Amino acid sequence: MILIGELSLWVALLMAAWTTTVSFSGGMQGRQDLIKSGERAMYATFAFTLLASLGIWTALFSHDFSIKFVASYTSINLPKIYTFTAFWAGQAGSMLFWALILTMYAAIAVASNRNANRVLMPWVTGTLGVISLFFLMTLAFGANPYERLDWTPVDGRGMNPQLQNPGMAIHPPMLYLGLVATAVPFAFAIGALIARKLDTEWLGAVRRWALVSWFFLTIGIVLGMWWAYVELGWSGYWAWDAVENSSFLPWLTGTAFLHSIMIQEKRGMLRKWNVTLVVVTFLLSILGTFITRSGIIESVHAFAQSPVGNWFLGFLIFATTATVFLVSTRLNDMEAKAELESMVSREAAFLYNNLVLVGICFATLWGTLFPILSEAVKGEKMNVGPPFFNTVNGPLGLLLLALTGIGPLIAWRRASVENLRRQFIFPVSAGITVLIVLVALGMREWYALVSYTLAGFVMGTIVQEYAKGIGARRRMYSEGFFAAALRLIGRNRRRYGGYIVHFGVVVLFCAFAGLVFKKDVAATIKTGETLKAIDAYGHEWAFTSQGISKFEELNRKVVAVTFAVTKDGKSMGLLSSQKRQHVDSRGEPTFEASTEVGILESLKQDVYLVFAGALDKDTASVHINFNPLVWWVWFGGIMMAFGGIVVMWPQAQRAERESGYVTQLPAAREPALAGV
Amino acid sequence: MKARVKFLVGGVMVLGTAGYLMASSIDETAQYYLTPTELATKVSNNPRFAKTGVKVGARVVSGTIVREPSGTSLSFKMTDGAQVYNVVYRGIAPDTFTDGVDVVVEGRLDANGTFQATTLLAKCASRYENAPDKYQQTPGYKGAAAPRA
Repeated sequence: MILIGELSLWVALLMAAWTTTVSFSGGMQGRQDLIKSGERAMYATFAFTLLASLGIWTALFSHDFSIKFVASYTSINLPKIYTFTAFWAGQAGSMLFWALILTMYAAIAVASNRNANRVLMPWVTGTLGVISLFFLMTLAFGANPYERLDWTPVDGRGMNPQLQNPGMAIHPPMLYLGLVATAVPFAFAIGALIARKLDTEWLGAVRRWALVSWFFLTIGIVLGMWWAYVELGWSGYWAWDAVENSSFLPWLTGTAFLHSIMIQEKRGMLRKWNVTLVVVTFLLSILGTFITRSGIIESVHAFAQSPVGNWFLGFLIFATTATVFLVSTRLNDMEAKAELESMVSREAAFLYNNLVLVGICFATLWGTLFPILSEAVKGEKMNVGPPFFNTVNGPLGLLLLALTGIGPLIAWRRASVENLRRQFIFPVSAGITVLIVLVALGMREWYALVSYTLAGFVMGTIVQEYAKGIGARRRMYSEGFFAAALRLIGRNRRRYGGYIVHFGVVVLFCAFAGLVFKKDVAATIKTGETLKAIDAYGHEWAFTSQGISKFEELNRKVVAVTFAVTKDGKSMGLLSSQKRQHVDSRGEPTFEASTEVGILESLKQDVYLVFAGALDKDTASVHINFNPLVWWVWFGGIMMAFGGIVVMWPQAQRAERESGYVTQLPAAREPALAGV
Repeated sequence: MKARVKFLVGGVMVLGTAGYLMASSIDETAQYYLTPTELATKVSNNPRFAKTGVKVGARVVSGTIVREPSGTSLSFKMTDGAQVYNVVYRGIAPDTFTDGVDVVVEGRLDANGTFQATTLLAKCASRYENAPDKYQQTPGYKGAAAPRA
């Protein structure tokens, strides 16, 4: 199986080359036989990439340590689940995983369009072939997972303990599923550009792919935050690290696209802009991979420096040049069909939403690349840290939050004064009420106050939208409340699913604002002693040390400190944090000791315990953080993902959905509510 | 005025604000990212530079790490091969911090020329790999003595 896998990698490479060649030449000559052959070759590329991947999994599970990749990332005593996930723990394997997902997506895209978009498909298949070819070549020549060692170790080096975490097992696949999915809309954009078919049709084909990409990126990013929070022991979940940023950038432009696509569908505007967003999203995900893999930017996440970086840089330059050429020669085909009629229109709100998202994207990119830029311009390497990102993206983020509430309230084309008054009165009052209550409760931090006021406003918008829709259904069809709510969402998933996503966004912003109230305590404490602290809510906490224990479990030796915790005198149970020393199959220590934090989770706040070290057998040094509202970050992430599923779920009446222009329900009486 | 023009004016205002924020906060938050040698050069050219907060990337000199038993403070020497600085760091060291790793420290020099670090990041050659070349030193591996190019 391992040998088959190794050979399959090369066959897949040839198949991708074949796909590219015959698809493009078939498209140019209009020869159906070549086009068909290209599509079949795309399936074959996927099949052989799958075989190559199965070969690596076989090698991992059979502990074939003659393969460098297997020896580098696994050991005999590694739990089975992490032996499976070791596939994407290292450079070469994760590249193969990229290629596997890419060719899988490509095969699905080809199969699902075998009777649709026939004019575009040769170019789409060809473009997907080029991207697959690039990845497979990088694999074969730059980072081959089948590379052999010149001797066979008895045991492998094992997996970094920080990666032995369920979050890390799913976070990379999710992120890859999201990043790689940007390739399909990109291929369609290229296809539409080459074929000069730049109407709304290609957008219909890519909308779902853009959603899939957005959905997985969202999950991947939130899981990454969760992993950093529970595993790295610094009591935060986002550090504006180069690698975090590089997954955030395509998410921003992808989100912008999902909004601007609606303007093109409804009004025929923004055609150039949409093509640009799709292309930029893909290029940013390649750039992100380049940043991650090349080690060009200082990051705690950096993979080993390797020639792979150069491959990516080359591909990035090639893809950018090709796209700029295509777009610039086809500007005339992308003239807008309509003009912006009024500043007070939904189009304008959406345009500002795009502007802000792209602004955040640009600022983040600028900050991330600043070391390179400053070195190129001033000859000195300068760095910007989290303060830069927070100062710039904080206000922009709040503006975005405000737009989240404004957009759904304004009518398309031109809103009347009456429309504005009727639509805004409830949400604005909701926001102001929140502000008054919080000020009355004694909150004075302006950033938090602005956040929560805006959050109240946006929640007002969402509630009002649902209330109107449900009310209309109850009147027209005399349905019960829940039936009306479910049918409302069911009949217009795109819109009401979108509001669920917005709800998730609101929750996230509230949770972020909570960090203003973070509190930290550090102490050295003996067994039996009690540490007292007061949190941001004014509760009094007491931590009584139960002593330090030592024990062995699974593949590690553990030193743990345990506290009995009380809040306002009421027992909250035990809280424990560990230092883990992982060992190999002969009991020898491997890796550095790692810290396992203890978290006492609640809706109000997390109590986050870090065991810094033991002074002697009775004295422990610890850090305790009170992190307000962290639970809501995960909840907000789940709501966004759930909203994404609602939007993506196939609609029963396909014919109605495709047009996207008018939905029946209350639309007839209320133009502002026409389906988005 | 046409809506398009109005929109553009609004857009320019939004982006202008963003640009202003970026420019001003870069001035405030950008830090020099230096090697020990570069830091030494800057300080000898301009002694007041020692008061500037900087980021320094260097390697930990093996055997120089002294950890306070409490785990909340430690000292070590860092070097880029030419210039050596003593570093004192108050805080919990990351799990990856150990002899010979590349570190990035943030902080400033004190009057004695010791680097007082406020943050400490440690990097393995690859964070996700075990110590490179570890097999060769470990007894019990078949062919462990085999020289590797």
